[in-house]
Amino acid sequence: MTNYIPVLIIIIFAFLIAALIVGASSILGHKISKKTKLDTYECGMKTIGPTRMKMNIRYYLTAMLFLIFDIEVMFLYPWALVTGNLGMFGFLEMLVFVIILLVGYVYVWKKGALEWE
Amino acid sequence: MEPYYYTLESLIKIVVVVTVLMLGVAYLTLIERKFLGFLQVRLGPNRVGFWGLLQPIADGIKSFVKEDIIPDNADKTVYVIAPMITFVTAISMFAVIPFGDSFTLFGRNIKLVIADIDIGLLYIFALGTLGEYGVVLGGWASSNKYAVLGSLRAAAQMISYEVALGLILIGTIILAGSLRLTEIVEAQRNGWFILYQPFAFLLYLVASLAEINRTPFDMPESESELACGFNVEYSSMKFALFMIAEYAHLVTVAALTITLFFGGWLGPFLPGPIWFIGKTLVMIFILIWIRGTYPRMRYDHIMKLGWKFLFPAALANVVITALFVALR
Repeated sequence: MTNYIPVLIIIIFAFLIAALIVGASSILGHKISKKTKLDTYECGMKTIGPTRMKMNIRYYLTAMLFLIFDIEVMFLYPWALVTGNLGMFGFLEMLVFVIILLVGYVYVWKKGALEWE
Repeated sequence: MEPYYYTLESLIKIVVVVTVLMLGVAYLTLIERKFLGFLQVRLGPNRVGFWGLLQPIADGIKSFVKEDIIPDNADKTVYVIAPMITFVTAISMFAVIPFGDSFTLFGRNIKLVIADIDIGLLYIFALGTLGEYGVVLGGWASSNKYAVLGSLRAAAQMISYEVALGLILIGTIILAGSLRLTEIVEAQRNGWFILYQPFAFLLYLVASLAEINRTPFDMPESESELACGFNVEYSSMKFALFMIAEYAHLVTVAALTITLFFGGWLGPFLPGPIWFIGKTLVMIFILIWIRGTYPRMRYDHIMKLGWKFLFPAALANVVITALFVALR
């Protein structure tokens, strides 16, 4: 458990540096802002419509696929750590899992969830 | 007393490593601009100091005194926090990468790694994923169409390649039998993993380039269409924090690549840290070289490459590696 103390320290340390940098730049920087300068930047034109617009459904789909497949990949990690000692048994067990994963993958592909056109 | 000394020791290591990392990042921007310049048959920065050597300092001072703009429409809290998240995760990632052998000083055995934790590789994945929040939140909080589009693209691209990245490294984990990076390095004493996993190395190179949003996968930024993407509204040091984080990420990826595939700090004659820095520099040069050589890919091609090629290829690599280990 003591091995994790440095992780905590470096996160706090990095956060302090970041806060210092942001703080220093807001103190040191020029302050000649006019009202128009704080508008949304869009190449000299007024922004039309809401800036946080509707997004393509594909992004949502990608996020869902990521959740499913990333969890399946994470299931392989504990197996990968011990497979050196398991021999052929471990390999065959993993093969069953990978085939199940592949079935889902082929289904997703055939359904067209991986297409971006 | 022991916990006290341990904390002091790690604090010293952290200060040294972070300082070297920040200086390295500052000069990496110069190295990259110089090298890209030479690749494009021009000189690159050469006015500030001899050979442009003071350029990073000039850039730093300039960033500090620029006006700190927070747009009216922006979600102000998130807008300020987002670059800090990216920076903190990019710097903290370096904590688990070993950069040398252990040595004894004042009767203490000092390991040349900040945090020798047993789930080192998972820690790197976790922070890599957290780093995406900085990009996504930054784009979202800016309340700008370019920024929102850029951050959406960044999110989709990074999570797509993360699946492949996680799968690719399983081959390495099978060979090393550990997630602890010091043990992964030790496992390469009799031969670098690139000899056993050359295919995985190529896949890893592609996936990690996409993961850190560099050319040819720099979709989130794509200057020519999104005017710089997620950080378009950022100015002064907030913008610089994104840049520092990007380059720190680059260094981390290069260091991780040599740790996983090129034996980390292992090498004859010279001490570990020198080998580590040397190999990392070579790796960084290769990454810059790729940036100077390839055009940007189209977004649908990037997603296609990630899901339809890298994922099955990485899965095949895992199965083949496991088969060889099982037959051994």
